[in-house]
Amino acid sequence: MKFAILAFPGSNCEMDLYYAIQDIIKEDVELVSYKESSLTGFDAVLIPGGFSYGDYLRSGAIARFSPIVPALQKFAKSGKPVLGICNGFQILTEAGLLPGSLQKNVSAKFICKTEPLVVNNADSVFSSQFNAGQVIHLPIAHGDGNYYCDQETLRDLVANNQIVFRYQNNPNGSVANIAGITNRAGNVLGMMPHPERAVETVLGSSDGIGIFQSIVNNVANREVVAHG
Amino acid sequence: MDKVIEQTTEATPEQIRDQKLYQAMGLTDHEYRLIKDDVLHRLPNYTEVGLFSGMWSEHCSYKNSKPVLKKFFTKGKHVVKGPGEGAGIIDIGDNQGVVFKAESHNHPSAVEPFQGATTGVGGILRDIFSMGARPIASLDSLRFSEPQTDQDKYFISQIVAGISAYGNCIGVPTVGGDTAFDDAYEHNPLVNVMCVGLMDLDKIEVGAAAGVGNSIVYVGHKTGRDGINGASFASFQFDSEHESQRSAVQVGDPFEEKLVMEACLDVINNHAKALVGIQDMGAAGLVSSSAEMGSKAGGNGMVLDLDLVPQRETGMSAFELMLSESQERMLLCVKAGHEAEVLNVFADHGVDAVVIGHVTEGHQYQLRHHGKLVADVPVDSLASQAPVYHRESAVPEHLKNVDQRQFSPQITNPTETLKRLLAQLTIASKESIYETYDTQVQTNTVVAPGSDAAVVRVRHYDKALAITTDVNGRYLYLNPRIGGQMAVAEAARNIVASGGVPLGITDCLNFGNPEKPDQFYELDQAVIGMSEACEKFEAPVISGNVSLNNEYDNVPIYPTPMVGMVGLIKGLKHVTTQDFKQAGDLVYILGQTHDDFNGSQIQKMQTGKISGKLFDFDLDYEVHIQQLTTQAIQKELLNSAHDISEGGLIASIAESTFGNQLGVDLSSDLTVNQFFSETQSRFVVSVPKQKQAEFEALVGENATRLGKVVDDNHLFVQATDGYFDIDVDAARDIWKGALACRLK
Repeated sequence: MKFAILAFPGSNCEMDLYYAIQDIIKEDVELVSYKESSLTGFDAVLIPGGFSYGDYLRSGAIARFSPIVPALQKFAKSGKPVLGICNGFQILTEAGLLPGSLQKNVSAKFICKTEPLVVNNADSVFSSQFNAGQVIHLPIAHGDGNYYCDQETLRDLVANNQIVFRYQNNPNGSVANIAGITNRAGNVLGMMPHPERAVETVLGSSDGIGIFQSIVNNVANREVVAHG
Repeated sequence: MDKVIEQTTEATPEQIRDQKLYQAMGLTDHEYRLIKDDVLHRLPNYTEVGLFSGMWSEHCSYKNSKPVLKKFFTKGKHVVKGPGEGAGIIDIGDNQGVVFKAESHNHPSAVEPFQGATTGVGGILRDIFSMGARPIASLDSLRFSEPQTDQDKYFISQIVAGISAYGNCIGVPTVGGDTAFDDAYEHNPLVNVMCVGLMDLDKIEVGAAAGVGNSIVYVGHKTGRDGINGASFASFQFDSEHESQRSAVQVGDPFEEKLVMEACLDVINNHAKALVGIQDMGAAGLVSSSAEMGSKAGGNGMVLDLDLVPQRETGMSAFELMLSESQERMLLCVKAGHEAEVLNVFADHGVDAVVIGHVTEGHQYQLRHHGKLVADVPVDSLASQAPVYHRESAVPEHLKNVDQRQFSPQITNPTETLKRLLAQLTIASKESIYETYDTQVQTNTVVAPGSDAAVVRVRHYDKALAITTDVNGRYLYLNPRIGGQMAVAEAARNIVASGGVPLGITDCLNFGNPEKPDQFYELDQAVIGMSEACEKFEAPVISGNVSLNNEYDNVPIYPTPMVGMVGLIKGLKHVTTQDFKQAGDLVYILGQTHDDFNGSQIQKMQTGKISGKLFDFDLDYEVHIQQLTTQAIQKELLNSAHDISEGGLIASIAESTFGNQLGVDLSSDLTVNQFFSETQSRFVVSVPKQKQAEFEALVGENATRLGKVVDDNHLFVQATDGYFDIDVDAARDIWKGALACRLK
């Protein structure tokens, strides 16, 4: 299968994702510029962390007007997997592909540390390698990771099993300890923690592999179904 | 030839001479006469005086420190580029070079702490990528006064926030550094930033502008009125009666820097044939980058048309355009005929780039503004021919008639003293600072902040870089030469404890006013001491920076030459950290312990000051102990290694227990006091039981077995005249909480 990694001006985790897919997951991967207008030929899209457009105005608020975004919206609508990490999560909420928004951390400071996460939904395209209730360790690195949505949206998220990861020790003030959510269809995941930083034990954790491997397995299964 | 004209709103050349207006820009009477009588043979106009004031400032010319810097040990078989370029380069094999340099941003941070710190990070990053290297790590060496007032806390939190904001955004991990607190830094906080880059050795770039007709290309942010003549400002000293002089601070934009960095690396990597030279526009902005590039090329002149310089304010004078320190700007020399190719690359990255001049025949540096020639001076007179001063040196008063005896700590309850020690801010965990830095972006950080040295692997190779910053100004205050040796030695110990072998150092020489003989003495002696140690460790100085005039109301800071050292770890399996790893491992101290307390943390804690003769130090013994440690690591005999520095043996033992929920049960023939001694040349190491015989055979009498690691999460250490007895959790809570608590 083939992953696309979108690169916006100010993205800074695109190469980390690239190496994670190429060297560890060992799948095809290509960087796609924000200036492009098509995602044809890709099986999954990853939106990396960083500070697109300096996070000026509001995190992700400028990137969502990039030429690639209509193609991204179309790709998401087609049901193929889209994973936004950190700034990628912020872009997905700004682009209307995920509900809610990411506010400044309660501490008002950037926080970089490894956090334990509870896998709340192990049935998603992104988490099928885990067991429900399993605790995994992933690094966070953000200043605006405090997930917020209104009560009605939260009820929907819970009712539709859209909350995939929750923080065990909420580090940023997120509603309902939310670390990662999907859209209603379940094919778009936004998460603040960085799975691409946790794919090698030499760097502290390899728990992130499960997320990418889940995507690979689900795409493979879809192909079997499609061709079967 | 056109006549050089002056702009009508500015002082005339005669007014500058008669009213000595050059003094306010930082030039002395002597320097003004040099310009007038020896260089130009006429009266310089306002713009020209400005050019010289920036270029002849200490910050740009090193006029007071050059004779001292010549004493540095700079040779080594792996040195590809030594001091003189944007940054130095060391060969680490596989056609790879490690590039590193440190820079101080003390003065700007004392005025506007957030922006002062951001622009410090931005400036050093540009020095690294202008060499053709991708920045892979930064470190920050910070010195603050003990936070007492809200203003103290504000300065500390804003400096840290500035580093966090800039480094995180640009995507270069902040992997380490060191922070210490002492009232010697009140009004003069030290903000030293070190950056490390990695490059292919066949892609080295230099800051030179050669070849008549080649174009000078301005890249990056538009020029505004920020930081006008900041280089000259940085060479002043502060005092309480002249607070109004505190102007001239620049504003950083990390997003723009990220774009400029990616675009410049694109040009260097993919359009090398079009590029002649590239340089950061740092201190003294456009004049310094262009004059240095022109002077380094040798044999040519340069003409710049200032009307072409992108400007974000209207009505800027030539003086302002040349001396603005607006950030995120680079200057390139591009081969004639290749301009469009290079400009297109920048356009593709969304970065402004414009041709503003070209290399000319002759040796003159000429500026045109509004169609007229506004400056016309020999290019070398600005750069390589700046004056050099051999300052007078005299032993400071506080080093005369010193008490030869060592301080003797007064300890009745060792555990209580340990608890107080762990809460001293210089000893306490810096987690509340480094937690706000992105330490992992680029996904190569093997050892993040919190152990002896940071370790960053080289992707796709079985090797890593160990990186550290160190200096203890208290030791230098008591003996600048020995203290200078110790600064290098401590850095090397941190590299060695992490599994590396020292490659080389960079430095920031933070001192007082060099025109005062006692301050110059400290600078000179410190450099001599550092150089002696560098030679012993075969770790040459490959780059550095000087920050003088760190004084307030004529009181200087402690002499604080920050040492930034990089080491090579050959094989990731040799990466070692300070944390004890498993119960049952044997704990040893490597190196001899003496009653060494003058300048120590315990002396400061118990007396409120440091005094007396600095304790002895033997560089040869230090090298010996370090080599033994390296051998033990390479033979895979150690499960942990931790350098012993501030706080002494007991601090190192406690810190080694904090990572993995393990305790220790130790006993020793040292006294309780000696557990706080700061004798150099020592490590705490742990050895798996099955490696005991091999380890003891290797180290012989250089190591003493203290006991073992235990899993009951309790620290017990028996000394000859008392014992330490504390729950590891309780000790860790004190150590971890102290700084965050004091900054609230």
